Amino acid sequence: MEVKNLRVELEDRLILEDVSFGLRSSEIHVLFGPNGSGKTSLISAIAGLPGYRIVSGRIIFMGEDITGKSVEERARLGIGVGFQTPPEVTGVKLVDLLKLCLGKGSEDEFSAEEIRLIEHFRLQGFLNREVNVGFSGGERKRAEILQLLFLKPKVMLLDEPDSGVDVESLKIIAGEIQRYIESSGASALVVTHKGDILDYIKAKYGCVLLNGKLYCFMNPKRVYEDIKREGYEGCIKCQMKGEEKW
Amino acid sequence: MVSLDESKILKKVPRHVLMEAYGVGVAREEERAGTFFHVDQSTLYSSVNELFKGKIELMDIREALQRYEWLSDYMWNAIQKSSDFFTKKVAEDLSGGYFLRILPGAEVLFPLQSCLMITQEGMEQRIHNIIIAEENSKAHLITSCLQHSAVRKATHIGVTEVYVKRGAYLNSTMVHQWGDETVVRPRSASIIEEDGTFVSNYICLRPVMDVQMYPVAYCRGKGSKVIFNSILYGHRGSFIDAGSKAVLDGSESRAEMISRAVTREGSKIIVRGSIEGNGRECRGHLECKGLILDDESFIQSIPELIARSKSVEITHEAAIGRISEKEILYLMTRKLSKEQATSLIVRGFMDASIMGLPEALTAEISRIIEIATKS
Ligand SMILES: Nc1ncnc2c1ncn2[C@@H]1O[C@H](COP(=O)(O)OP(=O)(O)O)[C@@H](O)[C@H]1O
Ligand SMILES: [Mg+2]
Repeated sequence: MEVKNLRVELEDRLILEDVSFGLRSSEIHVLFGPNGSGKTSLISAIAGLPGYRIVSGRIIFMGEDITGKSVEERARLGIGVGFQTPPEVTGVKLVDLLKLCLGKGSEDEFSAEEIRLIEHFRLQGFLNREVNVGFSGGERKRAEILQLLFLKPKVMLLDEPDSGVDVESLKIIAGEIQRYIESSGASALVVTHKGDILDYIKAKYGCVLLNGKLYCFMNPKRVYEDIKREGYEGCIKCQMKGEEKW
Repeated sequence: MVSLDESKILKKVPRHVLMEAYGVGVAREEERAGTFFHVDQSTLYSSVNELFKGKIELMDIREALQRYEWLSDYMWNAIQKSSDFFTKKVAEDLSGGYFLRILPGAEVLFPLQSCLMITQEGMEQRIHNIIIAEENSKAHLITSCLQHSAVRKATHIGVTEVYVKRGAYLNSTMVHQWGDETVVRPRSASIIEEDGTFVSNYICLRPVMDVQMYPVAYCRGKGSKVIFNSILYGHRGSFIDAGSKAVLDGSESRAEMISRAVTREGSKIIVRGSIEGNGRECRGHLECKGLILDDESFIQSIPELIARSKSVEITHEAAIGRISEKEILYLMTRKLSKEQATSLIVRGFMDASIMGLPEALTAEISRIIEIATKS
């Protein structure tokens, strides 16, 4: 996937000024940035959610320009989104949504491997509950990532998959993401505020979203350490764009 | 494979009629405690499963009136002949109906089923049913009322009188499947004695020109209870005015009403609910949830709460809204189209589990809902 000079407005406000990056097969990139810098907007614009108006720039996916395609079309092409705050879907059971993600009918059974994954995510007790209704933050994230793994996307856009997640669950979630990326050749963009997840995923680049632009493509652990030490202020001063790396 | 029992029913009920009935809750005879088929103006079939002989009686209402002199005390007792234009019509010229009696103490584990069908164009069907759940009995009944797919226009008037005796439990589920040009006037009333429970479920999922009904339950006995649940899906210009009324005369009697109404494609649904608390310490709760899917449609919820004693407690909650765009988009990121996402949410909204049915029946009803919302 390649994002070229993306400029995005939300409610007539310019959120992303000029964002470019590429994701190759089996690569994981980590995206940092202060609250409100537009990380969720970037993911939403790539997923095609309405409201995020792409003023200029292009999104190329598997050699095809998808900038004008609908949410559903993008999902079918293989773009998977893990929401920062997944909504409650009243009346729809998790079990039914998981089957839909797998492309199964409501009468079809899960395979042994699928059951293993559900149990690994400790979600067997949630199957007959309505999607995200009354789920804790961490439970929502586990359900969210499990749905994505079942969707088998070519690109995973993960918006803070680690927020509100306990240490043990983080290990499970991140471990399975890494396993999926390795085995499928898919790629992922992971938004995070914390460094812990970097212990479980092999991310190639870390970058920072600031003032509507991406900065600093380099070792994610270093980026994280720098932000911890210097704050996002330091990133502005540093201004290493490093786009030549692609 | 056609079982022996089925071939027995096939001698009386034409295959094409049976096949249509299977789509609206009618199951094979061996899965039911009793089966009753009324088509147009006559009873075609009535039979009690061998396993339940001696526990239930199920027969044509006219036959029952001849057999049991005492039955005339139950006829036009919960409902007055003269209550309206439609009851008068039924009193004047009866097409038929069933008499169902669950004998004292009988626990009927399989559901009972009755099917009332119209197969002739333009027909006016006038039904009178009487159900008596004797003391301490327990049963589930599923009644499917439908018109054959070849029929466009018809009228169905159905009077049903229900008597739930002391300590009895009766769960009655009515599934309607009418047509764009059909007028439907069910007229039901029930009398519930001490510690008796009557659950009345109504499901209307297919387009219908005009349904109006307002069943009444009289909770006469101490600790008697009535529960009305309804799932209404108004589409293709349907008009559904479906309410229910509970009169809580007995002390500590209870009423619960839960409805789910979905309206789209220029349809109108009016959900009425009235709970009248007269007895000491009686309680009632009324809940109405509505989903309106376009600007051409209409939903109205009219709750009415009446108390005649300071010990009465009645509550109600109602909410009407649309499906949130956020939920639809969320599902679309899971490869669903907008239509698929909408129907998934609509189906979930029309939750069959509100009906208090056994698991197998809930699954059957869920399947019927799924089919109706897919087409
Ligand atoms: N629905 C919305 N309407 C208006 N402004 C919004 C909306 N959603 C987000 N914003 C604003 O857009 C900016 C970017 O938000 P977001 O992409 O969520 O940032 P991040 O994910 O990096 O925290 C913020 O200033 C936020 O307040
Ligand atoms: Mg965000």
